[in-house]
Amino acid sequence: MEQKYFQKDIETMPVEELKKLQSEKLVKQVKHVYENVEYYRNLMDEKGVKPEDIKGIEDLHKLPFLTKADLRDAYPYGLLAKPLEECVRIQSTSGTTGRRVVAFYTQHDVDLWEECCARAIVAVGGTNKDVCQIAYGYGLFTGGPGLNGGSHRVGCLTLPMSSGNTERQIQFMTDLNATILCCTPSYAAYIGETLKEKGYKPEDIPLKAGIFGAEPWTEEMRRGIEQTLGIKAYDIYGLTETSGPGVSFECCEQTGMHINEDHFLAEIIDPDTGEVLPEGEKGELVFTSLDKEAFPLLRYRTRDICVLSRKKCSCGRTLIKMSKPMGRTDDMLIIRGVNVFPSQIETVLLNEGYQPNYQIIVDRVNNNDTFDINVEMNPEQFTDKVSEILSMEKSLADAMKTMLGINPKIHLVAPKSIVRSEGKAVRVIDKRKLV
Amino acid sequence: MAIKQITVFVENKQGALVSITDILAQSNVNIRALSIAETNDFGILRLIVNDEATAEKKLSENGYLIKITEVVGVKIGDAPGKLTAALGVLDKAGINMEYLYAFMARTEKHAYVVLRVEDNEIAEAALENAGFHLITDADVNKL
Repeated sequence: MEQKYFQKDIETMPVEELKKLQSEKLVKQVKHVYENVEYYRNLMDEKGVKPEDIKGIEDLHKLPFLTKADLRDAYPYGLLAKPLEECVRIQSTSGTTGRRVVAFYTQHDVDLWEECCARAIVAVGGTNKDVCQIAYGYGLFTGGPGLNGGSHRVGCLTLPMSSGNTERQIQFMTDLNATILCCTPSYAAYIGETLKEKGYKPEDIPLKAGIFGAEPWTEEMRRGIEQTLGIKAYDIYGLTETSGPGVSFECCEQTGMHINEDHFLAEIIDPDTGEVLPEGEKGELVFTSLDKEAFPLLRYRTRDICVLSRKKCSCGRTLIKMSKPMGRTDDMLIIRGVNVFPSQIETVLLNEGYQPNYQIIVDRVNNNDTFDINVEMNPEQFTDKVSEILSMEKSLADAMKTMLGINPKIHLVAPKSIVRSEGKAVRVIDKRKLV
Repeated sequence: MAIKQITVFVENKQGALVSITDILAQSNVNIRALSIAETNDFGILRLIVNDEATAEKKLSENGYLIKITEVVGVKIGDAPGKLTAALGVLDKAGINMEYLYAFMARTEKHAYVVLRVEDNEIAEAALENAGFHLITDADVNKL
């Protein structure tokens, strides 16, 4: 039988009931953190907030925020709320921003995380009849272990491929008839390109759905992946700080990601003032872990900019939806005084018929910002005439200028020449040393 | 009649060119003629080889971006003024040229010119009518 929800009672719970549940959990969680995490207790004391001041979710705004800087200061054990004897796992971020985060899990924490991923898999139509190919990196990165656990919980036949070795990915996908692919969107696009090169048509590929996350991607990129692979492509969101993928997930409507609100309480704040914004307004996403035992972050600022909506969803879930992050408070580049989001660059590339495989290089020479974008050429665009390649670069630069307001220097490079690590491409290299 | 040229995208990196010629050497492919057009960022290497099928296969396998283009090959005498005569024919016929490069044969007293034009057939007809001898892939393989 077609399974629509992994945990129907939670996923379709009436909102009032859900809020009551969140309130109960929050009161308990604040007490747990205050008693066990000295670092956060100090923050609360500084703000003059006691656990008994928090009587429900309406009091959430009284609590202090946690930021990535706090995580760095408290590294490695400063935010741990359980004795190490009770912890069974760590996961860690890639540290690409230079600040590695180490998150701890009790068995309970692992279980709830896997449950969240299972909800995401069922939401895209996954059942125990499916073969789920997990091409996220395994190891410290949360992508692989999270979806792996979720896939087990649903009862899918799980292919723990990890990322890379595309030849082998394709061999297992086609030999074992994988029906669901989980990986980063850029790796999904890459697998799609490789399949296309090998002469596979979308109808020859056994996949029916994909769950793609861990990096920003656009609607245009979604359409591209859906067409090449002949699938429905769904977004999933999460961060190591809160558990990993599965904090929120897309349903059949594909119009935003349902937040697993019974575990993660979401707020949108003004990133400058810290003030909570009403539903529907754009701002920084903040999460409070309601159930995590070992690494329970309260009011953690994600730096992701998005919008929340409780509009009724046709899938029947009552869980609030978050938009795809529209950028980050930190990866926004200011080049020659202009705000540039990598997502805008991606949109232009897709509109101009390029794959979203690019790398932005910003530097400062003689007090002026230089702005270069390396873009992978499509094989069919390659020509023996230098003038044609130069004119392709020029017209792409013009399209960028229209979107961004500033002129980048475009460099077309060979396909697949931009380095991908863990399937996650390094999009921005900012060499400016601004002291 | 036209001959096949292999075009390879060369990144502006140290050793980029030698890795290409090395692949060809290991595949026993002999280069008859080559030209490179370069910009600050990249180069475009154009090759006439004795075995373009093998060259195409091996370079693709190694991840190079390549394109096969048909170009006109014409045999000219190895003497002053011969190139001018051939180019004069094209000019008179109103044929625009993108680029050209030349090479010598080891054994014969002849030079050869590779021409990239918009329309191969028109250029070939003009050259043949003027008495020039065009070369084919088979000729290239024998050179």
